[in-house]
Amino acid sequence: MPSIAKPIATHPSLQRNELGLTIRDYEGSMSTLCAGCGHDSITAAIVKALWEMSMKPHMLAKMSGIGCSSKTPAYFVNGAHGFNSAHGRMPTITTGAAAANREVTYIGVSGDGDSLSIGLGHMCHAIRRNVKMVYLIENNGVYGLTKGQFSASADIGSKSKRGEANRMAPIDPALLALSIGATFVARSFSGDKEQLVPILKAAFAHRGLALVDVVSPCVTFNDHEGSTKSYQYTRRHEARATETDYVPKTSEILAQLNGNGVTSVTMHDGSVLRFRTVPPGYDPKDRQGVMAYLQERQSKGEVLTGVLFVDESVPDMHEMGNTPDGALTKLPFEKLCPGSQALAELQEEYR
Amino acid sequence: MQRNSGGSVNDFAIKLANVNGTGSASANGLLMQAIFRMGIPVSGKNLFPSNIQGLPTWYEIRVNDQGNTARALNYDLMVAMNAQTYARDIKEVRQGGYVLYDSSWPLDKSLYRDDVNFMPIPFAQMCNEQFENPRDRTLMKNIAYAGALVATLEIDVKTVENLLDETFKKKKNVRDLNLRALKIGYDYAKEKFACPLPFHLQPMSANGDKILIDGNTATALGCVYAGATVAAWYPITPATSVMDAFKEFCEKYRKDPETGRNNYCIIQAEDELAAIGMVIGASWNGARSFTSTAGPGISLMGELLGLAYYSEIPGVVIDVQRVGPSTGMPTRTQQSDLLSCAYASHGDTKHILLFPANPAECFEFAVKSFDLAERFQTPVIMLSDLDIGMNDWVVPKLQWDDSYVPDRGRLLSEEDLKKLPKYFRYADEDEHFVAPRTVPGVDAKGAYVTRGSGHNKFGGYTEVPAEYQQVIDRLAKKHAAAADFVPHPKVQTTFQARFGIVTVGGCDLAVREAIAELAKKGIKADYMRICGFPFAKSVETFLNQHAVNFVVEQNRDAQLTSLLTLETSVKKEKLKPILFYGGFPLSASQVVDAIEASGETIAIDSETYCDAPEFTTE
Repeated sequence: MPSIAKPIATHPSLQRNELGLTIRDYEGSMSTLCAGCGHDSITAAIVKALWEMSMKPHMLAKMSGIGCSSKTPAYFVNGAHGFNSAHGRMPTITTGAAAANREVTYIGVSGDGDSLSIGLGHMCHAIRRNVKMVYLIENNGVYGLTKGQFSASADIGSKSKRGEANRMAPIDPALLALSIGATFVARSFSGDKEQLVPILKAAFAHRGLALVDVVSPCVTFNDHEGSTKSYQYTRRHEARATETDYVPKTSEILAQLNGNGVTSVTMHDGSVLRFRTVPPGYDPKDRQGVMAYLQERQSKGEVLTGVLFVDESVPDMHEMGNTPDGALTKLPFEKLCPGSQALAELQEEYR
Repeated sequence: MQRNSGGSVNDFAIKLANVNGTGSASANGLLMQAIFRMGIPVSGKNLFPSNIQGLPTWYEIRVNDQGNTARALNYDLMVAMNAQTYARDIKEVRQGGYVLYDSSWPLDKSLYRDDVNFMPIPFAQMCNEQFENPRDRTLMKNIAYAGALVATLEIDVKTVENLLDETFKKKKNVRDLNLRALKIGYDYAKEKFACPLPFHLQPMSANGDKILIDGNTATALGCVYAGATVAAWYPITPATSVMDAFKEFCEKYRKDPETGRNNYCIIQAEDELAAIGMVIGASWNGARSFTSTAGPGISLMGELLGLAYYSEIPGVVIDVQRVGPSTGMPTRTQQSDLLSCAYASHGDTKHILLFPANPAECFEFAVKSFDLAERFQTPVIMLSDLDIGMNDWVVPKLQWDDSYVPDRGRLLSEEDLKKLPKYFRYADEDEHFVAPRTVPGVDAKGAYVTRGSGHNKFGGYTEVPAEYQQVIDRLAKKHAAAADFVPHPKVQTTFQARFGIVTVGGCDLAVREAIAELAKKGIKADYMRICGFPFAKSVETFLNQHAVNFVVEQNRDAQLTSLLTLETSVKKEKLKPILFYGGFPLSASQVVDAIEASGETIAIDSETYCDAPEFTTE
């Protein structure tokens, strides 16, 4: 993860959030990704979302595995701990970290190689455990750092830079996640910050694991004619299934709710995810319905984006484990060690 | 027909041959526990198959008033309850020994030996007559043979009845069933045989300050006492019962009395890759966290153990070793993960290892593992094994010092950070080459990116040779510095002998008994048991003090010998591996035989003989 420090220059007219921090306070080191990389746009969206949410930098933990996507935690929120771990293992490390300290907010930044091949099992099980985290997949269909091999999200018929066509069926993280009980599934496009920022905010407000799959074109290895993960292809085929506004808990809901079925979901923290538009009959709480709709539209070649599914009724890992409201790391040792008297009594059972 | 054989009180070995899954384990455990309560030194070894039901399984009980309770191979009595294995079981009884068998069906004539005594008891027939329920008929056969042993070995009847009372406190009808079965075997034996047998029991008072416990339970208890809050694991024999016990203790001690919440989090992971990942994540966040596994798990954990080593994250791994390679023999014991643990992961890696020899040390070393992991900010692997972990051992009562304070090492608090002008992760090393660490959620000043990729002492990414080497060189020094902190070897140099016998872990009892046996034969040897890695300076001193060091270990490739060769300056020629790797716990006679067969003891004698001046003129 090579990085270059950014010069600190804050213009006095920059807006400040509730914590008195400017958006510059949410930035990280200079990106060393290729110019035009979709990942950098996602980083910018993360910065914007966290600034708008007034996230305390030290209460955030930025987790990643290995790959281009996994370098990005160095590029946002310098004041937060980051963990650039091992290929595919980010979900396991985040699970352990979240188990130890639930007071910290976790964002895992992964890619399609990291999450859909080497770490596929870990991603699935993190979803099943409903670990409270934002699980971001920066999905470009290729392995960038090793120079352009197909990843497991490459579509059938999509061509590599050398002209070779992929023949194997892709793994769609959104459909996969829905099939194993994911409680928040969204998809976006790195070129669509307007959509991504509210999605990220809703993801942070979610009760458990929020999977956000973001199509993020690789300008160097997968942005050519014949690729289904290029800027051009995605722009032509993106269809916004839903459009949402994220309304924080403290804000007054001013906008009018529209009249076509389910229109808003109250998140676990009391904030509201308001669906401005949804297709007729679409219910973002209906797992089977969402899966059927996604499959139908995607079979027509569309890349459906938006918050696709939300279920705030499922407990997260900590709730399932009946752990304390605060961090396990804050429990005093006296609460953890039963002491000599208890040991003496216990050992009567081993006689 | 009975013949007398050499009689002895509180010094004999019996073997019970059973069919797996028929309930024999409870009967065997009952016998062992009753002998323990009679105050007599005893051990029980379960030699079981990787199977739920049907395959042969054995249980061995050794009683020895001197406390020599390693496995013994000359059985005074065989309880043959499995027709599948009659042939080999009957063959294993010593001359003049006894075979107690189920005579509901006739014993094949070819199986008879005229140098042992057969004690036929029609267990199945009697149980079929006495019990209605088919399941009871099978289960109660075991309690019936236990009854026969109570009679023939003079196991205290009241003690056995008390144990049944305690076990079936809430199931009076089951207790009565057991008592009936016990009486069936007891009465039959009393009537048909001369009781007691020449070898039998007499109450002692050797166990007043002792408990009967298996290593996995003691390990789990150590993890509770050390304050571990996050445990992640993947089911694997023989380590599963570590987490079973941890869960049980947590339910007992970690349920918050005020809130009813669980002051712990146990995660059954999707695999061992995930289990160690979770441990690393939790430890990175400042929790005391551990996983329990066996060899196959260590292989999978290699990748992330290297990450934790390089990025300096604590974590405790309990490796309950079993027979490898590959799946190997999951229910058999070995010490064959020494090298794979010492150097687990690609690149230059070295880990801190602890080697308990019995359940009491499992408890003590488990606590120590957490202290060392945090002090040195690195994974610590405690290597137990199946014999220690899954068998019940008689050990001194576990002790706890209430003044114990966890050694958190150099972990910066919010106040510490406030005092610092600036924080860099791997700068400011102390005299043990440890740099202060920070955890998330405390202060933005402590924030940095933890990475397994090349980093400099500031924690920043680097590909500069000198910067990379500076960090990796410090890690080597840090590992070496841990030598003073790991448990030092247990050394006995009573004989000041030319021979040293070096061993590790669960071989302890067998080797110490072997030293006594060898001494009787005029072969004097000093003793050293290695307890930790990196090796304390005293390890090298001992090896240098002895002309020949026999290294007794349970693996094919002399892994401890290799580690000693690699990590001390002692010449390889001074080390003579004595290896056992069939999968069963070690016995003293095996050690004695192997050392005698090595030729080393003869060679030294003849060398001394030749050097003697009065013979040089010949």
